Amino acid sequence: MTDVTPLARSTTPAEFAAPEAVLTLTGMTVAYAAAPAIEDVTARFAKGAMTAIIGPNGAGKSTLLKATLGLLPTVSGKVEAFGLPLARALPRIAYVPQRASVDWDFPARVLDVVLMGLYRQTGALGRIGKAETARATECLSRVGMEAFADRQIGALSGGQQQRVFLARALAQGADLYLLDEPFAGVDAATESAIITVLKSLRDEGRSIIAVHHDLATVPAYFDRVLLLNRRLVAEGTVATTFRQALVAQTYGAALPGTIPA
Amino acid sequence: MDGSEFVPLTLPPMVIALLAALSCAGPGNFLILRRQAMLGDAMSHVVLPGIVAAFLLSGSASPPILLAGALAAAALSAALIEAIRRLGGTDPGAAMGITFTAMFAAGVLMLELSGAASVHLDVEHALYGNLEGLIWLDATGWASLLDIAALGGLPPELPALALVAGLILATLRIFHRPLAIATFDEGFATSLGIPTRLLSAGLVALTALAAVAAFSAVGSILTIAMLICPPATARLLTDDLGRQIRLSLGLAALAAVAGTVAAGYLPLFLGLSFTVSASGMIATVSGLGLALAATLSPRRHGHGQRG
Repeated sequence: MTDVTPLARSTTPAEFAAPEAVLTLTGMTVAYAAAPAIEDVTARFAKGAMTAIIGPNGAGKSTLLKATLGLLPTVSGKVEAFGLPLARALPRIAYVPQRASVDWDFPARVLDVVLMGLYRQTGALGRIGKAETARATECLSRVGMEAFADRQIGALSGGQQQRVFLARALAQGADLYLLDEPFAGVDAATESAIITVLKSLRDEGRSIIAVHHDLATVPAYFDRVLLLNRRLVAEGTVATTFRQALVAQTYGAALPGTIPA
Repeated sequence: MDGSEFVPLTLPPMVIALLAALSCAGPGNFLILRRQAMLGDAMSHVVLPGIVAAFLLSGSASPPILLAGALAAAALSAALIEAIRRLGGTDPGAAMGITFTAMFAAGVLMLELSGAASVHLDVEHALYGNLEGLIWLDATGWASLLDIAALGGLPPELPALALVAGLILATLRIFHRPLAIATFDEGFATSLGIPTRLLSAGLVALTALAAVAAFSAVGSILTIAMLICPPATARLLTDDLGRQIRLSLGLAALAAVAGTVAAGYLPLFLGLSFTVSASGMIATVSGLGLALAATLSPRRHGHGQRG
């Protein structure tokens, strides 16, 4: 593979004043069987920003997210969030997996899924009371799904399922949100509902990191980008880093002309 | 009915079948949701060599010793499945198939080659169970249920199974919430700090325990019916996990009681001069229930029974 160096950081003076990091990965390598899925990734994610992780299929975007959360064994690497080791930071992190990663035929109602987000508060033996139900319902209304609270999850559309996942993350009351392809296969109404919620979280000072595949919406949705193709290509603000040369380098191919040169 | 025949001959097998059915149906709910029904089948087979080995080594057929042997065999098979999967690069289903048939075959061979066959264990009982043999000779009627001396003569399987059933159901009750979350969305559960691997291993252990419990009642082959049929039937009838589990326990109890009674009395009632196998009848009743639910359920799924 091509040897690439993080160019963005050295190109613009503003990049030297690096923002405070919410999440830091150091030398992270993950391998499936023998082939490395991501190799020696060192990255800092800015606090209070919305960062898109972009890269071609097979670039290891989801893998990076999962390894960050300790869901996959890493060959090497260190994860720190909020200046703490991962295990101690996890209670402040909400994870939204890919919608397709679960069996939506599971016997549960929409409300039951959102209540899962309150697990840390209630504990393993905790009872679900009125307060928990009220909190879950409030999270559902933030994503416009309160009318569906008693609906069977298998009866939802893809976009509605994604909103339920987001409501479950909201219930966690986290300060850092890691989302894996939150806009994959959702309708336009859901996409705008999700981005509204994510931006309001950002405006409350929380940090958002999302694996994203639609390059056209990057400038409208995100503050920063991390370009990944098994190795880190670049990380920085959309204005400095979401540039044709760097994105083309990431994808290893010519790109549509919508990206600023 | 004065119970002079029912209490010593039919009641103990019925209660034992009931306890075995409850022990199996509980973990079975999570097995079908995790699409691991095959694991239940594997466990019901691998316990056989464990039970035989424990009997041969200790010379005793007391339930705790057989249980320890069975659990050791279950642990060994879990390790073997993992080893075959990793070292041989086979898929989990094939690794399971290789392991449990080999271990079951070893168990049958050990039974036949050793003296165990003549004492407490024989191949037929291991395969089809021995419910009818679990009788309570000290009982003379319903009054014996209050007679402490007579209660001492109950088949030892009964209190052992009561303990196992209580343990399994209490464990599932306590860990219901983390187990449900981990079953629905393992990655999310891990990010919540839920020890998902430990829970998976725990579910395997409970399944093994249930398989051992059922082994003495219905034998290896029909244990799978107790593990899967009631939960699969309940799954077709409700979309709420808690209700599904309660319903599966009710259906399991119903199949156990109806199966034992039908095996003992139905042929006589029909004017025939023999009885049929209680374990066979329980499995049949369970299967009929599943067929009925699959046909009539308002929430039939296109892909039918999962697992």
